[in-house]
Amino acid sequence: MSFVTPNMMPAAPEIFVFSMACAILVLDLFLSERLRAVSFWLTQATLAGAALLTLKVMTAAPVITFNGMFVADRLADFLKLGTYGITFFVFAYSRDYLRDRGMFRGEYFVLGLFGVVGTMIMASASHFLTLYLGLELLSLSLYAMIAFQRDSSVATEAAMKYFVLGAIASGMLLYGMSMLYGVTGSLEISMVSAAIGRMSPDNVILIFGLVFVISGLAFKIGAVPFHMWVPDVYHGAPTAVALFIGTAPKLAGFALFLRLLVGGLEPLAGSWQTMLVIIALLSMAIGNIVAIAQDNIKRMLAYSSISHMGFFLLGILSAGANGYGSSLFYILVYAIMSAGSFGMIILLSRAGFEAERLEDFRGLNQRSPWHAFLMMLLMLSMAGVPPTAGFYAKLLVIQSVIQADMIWLAIASVLLAVIGAYYYLRVIKLMYFDDATEQVPIRAGWDAQVLLGFNALLLIGVLPWVGTIMELCRQAIRSLS
Amino acid sequence: MTGSDIDFRLIYLAIPLSCLAGAILAGLLGWKIGRVGAHSVTILGVAIAFALSAFVVLPDVLAGNVFNGPVYTWGVSGGIPLEVGFQIDPLSALMMTVVTFVSLMVHVYTIGYMHDDPGYQRFFSYIALFTFSMLMLVMSNNFLQLFFGWEAVGLMSYLLIGFWFTRPTATFAQLKAFLVNRVGDFGFLLGIAAIYMTFGTLDYGAVFAIAPQAAAKTIQVFPGADWNLLTLICILLFVGAMGKSAQVPLHVWLPDSMEGPTPISALIHAATMVTAGIFMVARMSPLYELSETALSVVLVIGALTAFLMALVGIVQNDIKRVVAYSTLSQLGYMTVALGASAYSVGIFHLMTHAFFKALMFLAAGSVIIALHHEQDMQKMGGLRRRMPVTFLTAWVGSLALAGIPPFAGFFSKDMIIEAVRESHLPGSGLAYVAVLSTVFVTAFYTFRLLFLTFYGKPRMDEHTYKHVKESPWVVTVPLVLLAVPSFAAGFMTIDPLIFGGYFADSIKVLPAHDVIREIGEHYQGVAPFIAHGLQSAPFLLAVAGFGLAWFMYIRYPFLPGQIREKAGAIYTLLLRKYFVDEFNQFVFAGGARALGGLLWKIGDVKLIDGLAVNGTARVIGWMSAIVRRVQSGYVYHYAFAMILGLFLLITFFLHR
Repeated sequence: MSFVTPNMMPAAPEIFVFSMACAILVLDLFLSERLRAVSFWLTQATLAGAALLTLKVMTAAPVITFNGMFVADRLADFLKLGTYGITFFVFAYSRDYLRDRGMFRGEYFVLGLFGVVGTMIMASASHFLTLYLGLELLSLSLYAMIAFQRDSSVATEAAMKYFVLGAIASGMLLYGMSMLYGVTGSLEISMVSAAIGRMSPDNVILIFGLVFVISGLAFKIGAVPFHMWVPDVYHGAPTAVALFIGTAPKLAGFALFLRLLVGGLEPLAGSWQTMLVIIALLSMAIGNIVAIAQDNIKRMLAYSSISHMGFFLLGILSAGANGYGSSLFYILVYAIMSAGSFGMIILLSRAGFEAERLEDFRGLNQRSPWHAFLMMLLMLSMAGVPPTAGFYAKLLVIQSVIQADMIWLAIASVLLAVIGAYYYLRVIKLMYFDDATEQVPIRAGWDAQVLLGFNALLLIGVLPWVGTIMELCRQAIRSLS
Repeated sequence: MTGSDIDFRLIYLAIPLSCLAGAILAGLLGWKIGRVGAHSVTILGVAIAFALSAFVVLPDVLAGNVFNGPVYTWGVSGGIPLEVGFQIDPLSALMMTVVTFVSLMVHVYTIGYMHDDPGYQRFFSYIALFTFSMLMLVMSNNFLQLFFGWEAVGLMSYLLIGFWFTRPTATFAQLKAFLVNRVGDFGFLLGIAAIYMTFGTLDYGAVFAIAPQAAAKTIQVFPGADWNLLTLICILLFVGAMGKSAQVPLHVWLPDSMEGPTPISALIHAATMVTAGIFMVARMSPLYELSETALSVVLVIGALTAFLMALVGIVQNDIKRVVAYSTLSQLGYMTVALGASAYSVGIFHLMTHAFFKALMFLAAGSVIIALHHEQDMQKMGGLRRRMPVTFLTAWVGSLALAGIPPFAGFFSKDMIIEAVRESHLPGSGLAYVAVLSTVFVTAFYTFRLLFLTFYGKPRMDEHTYKHVKESPWVVTVPLVLLAVPSFAAGFMTIDPLIFGGYFADSIKVLPAHDVIREIGEHYQGVAPFIAHGLQSAPFLLAVAGFGLAWFMYIRYPFLPGQIREKAGAIYTLLLRKYFVDEFNQFVFAGGARALGGLLWKIGDVKLIDGLAVNGTARVIGWMSAIVRRVQSGYVYHYAFAMILGLFLLITFFLHR
């Protein structure tokens, strides 16, 4: 038996980020408290370097390597670049927050980088095992990050819950995969797809496997009825961690859905479409309705994330390149909005004070019209008010649902979005029409300020290029087939 | 595409954009760049626009280079490209030059007129934006952009009429202008919709090209009544023009618009808003030519406006209102010209009118400043020695307005009267009588204004009269600059513009309607035209009007008072403007308010607010409170929910 060295080049970005994460972990041990910022800047440099590297090794045609376990295609590159960009913002927002709370340690960034590697691996997975590997790498990093604030009982509780439930979900996913393996005899996604294509779609074991796989996936993105962990984790985790959970892993979730359902199980689309309709509808309904009753903004954003995942699924379930493309666009826009919203919470918080109740936004316009304006943009975009990017994201997924002849679903989703608009607008109302209860000036590092401004303004600034970005998304999807 | 084409597209773009840039700078940064900064940037912007229009685009168009095409596509919706496009041809080039010239004069004049106003920068920003909107309207090559300019002009007029928004009369007037224009714009929008429905495109060129094939199409708007589609479209578009160009019965907003500062009155009345309707009909000549009914409607409405509004002008005492009613009447003239298919004459009158009407307004404004914002002519008089420049330029303006040869107004007005005489449309007989009698009335009110203001004994108090002095140079220079074309624009341009085929393809007239050609058969040049004019009825009527005014206001100044007492009923009818305002106020405003009140109380408060909005909100809030209980915080509840979900999904799919 001969041993052939696989082509490492397509995986160069993963290898780079992983090595850098290890290096930073070691280096951080020897850094004094004063020089801690070095870890931060190195992490940011790693992300930038990874972006350059990805652009460098990018090819037009998909490259498969590691014996069919790893693929580098447009979709993977697109998702990776998005992950770097968003994580860059997330880390920049987090820095001051962590420092003020005595949590400014290298582990946060290292764990974050491992999470990024996990996301990257999922984006490039062409094999059930690689997919699972990436997923667990990401999940384990997240569990540890949530429990990062060791003396906080809420955080520990949240981490515990997430860990236990996450283990169940992983179990479901693995169980589903094993059934698919049992039926098709392969773990390689393209082979699975080909094998299923030759079978009857009513095969009971296939359906069983599919349901288990979808349940696992739904848990990972936090869709109803597998959503229970989301509010507790968003609420319990330190805001900087919630910020991370709310952004980059959503892209990973997209990768999971696309690689597994579209890449591997497309012949079963008829079945999973119906399942996703149920899940999406429930997510939009429960997410939007329950968010109204929240008075903690982090919990509110958690429910909002559940409803957004419902919208995101609309694109996937309408099947076809257009639908997937609009989902990709949706998830990107969502990650940007989510990063901005949590960034704003971080900005308003300070040592010993968490601006996480809705009350804390009261009269923000009097304290700082600029921040109130940015928050208004973010909320309007979340609600899907034109001309923000959030509106186009919703418009595109709903269009794809209409193209798939599910007009009733489109109507239902619009109505649910209207219900959702209430709690976003409430934040705006609090900021602009209520009197401030406190007058503490807002202070934050200039880089976070600039980035946040950019982040929020992006949501309307992107307007002239919506068509271009959508085209990029479609191109990324086309590389899949 | 050659290099010069690309250059010219940039020039076309630069014309409206320089005005827009000035407006944005003055509006958003006005607090920073100060008063001088604000007027400098806007004047610079408009000056660039004027220079480019008059000295680059106009000569280029005269050399035969026309342009028609998109400049920027900002979206495609349902297969229709939504474009910013320009059609630069003789018609639009002429309009651009006139608009930017008058606007430039108004800008300079504003420096003096608004000198002490706290809203100085805002005002400059508005008028520059107004100019921008008008340019976009004029340069457009498609209905969508036309509509954009149309609405933008309406919006700016709303903002400017109510510029002194602390005065209740001003806010009332701005609201009135806006609402009346909405009525017109509604028709206009329906017209555009009908065009899109019929032709499937919004591009002028494409619509005009296929219009002749649609000439016979009919449509049933109400069951059982077949209407000619093109007639319907033309009349709907004309309803829009009636709103903007203040034709009876949508004229009511224009006199009230005098509540705005005088420069804006000049801008609205002379060059921008009110001419939009005239321009639009001229631009749509290929459509109007296909419908004699529509032309007839245009003709009759125009004639009615010209005559009825001139009569009202006789009894007004507010100096600006007299000029305002004269504008209405002159717009009627232009509309008559359009109805008679003499589009080029309509535009010709639009141009000469722009000059002498701007002049009249600015002269009136100059008097008003000198008298510290006194507008009542009964409190003026004897100003000719105190304000020589204003006085002389007002004479030029009056002679032009009254149509005395060889001033500009004579040529355009005489051409219109000739055109109506040659027209064979139904209603042209009535129109001819109306425009002819209007000449007499026009001369009468024009010289009444002149005599009451500048002649006779001063009727203001001693103190004011002593301090009256000529306005500063920023006011008098525009007056002089406008007096020049008011005198000369007629005989300088009649040859090329009307008989020289200047408009070429930009205006289309069917041979059967071509009144200009018929006039042209007798036309031998400017001098014979004047000589002929001196012997014809219009001139004699104008002189009679002048004589009567002299008789009543200089020779026997006690006469008007006596007549007023004798002719009570007619006087009241005219003074109250035929009670149109009262009618509108009672029937439309009152009716709308009553209906609104009803819908508000029953439809909105009870059904929508009570049942739909608050009812839904209550139900959702209640649901929300219940569902959140599920989130108990116990891991085993969560896990149970997951397993349950999984179980249900499996059951569902296995028993499908």
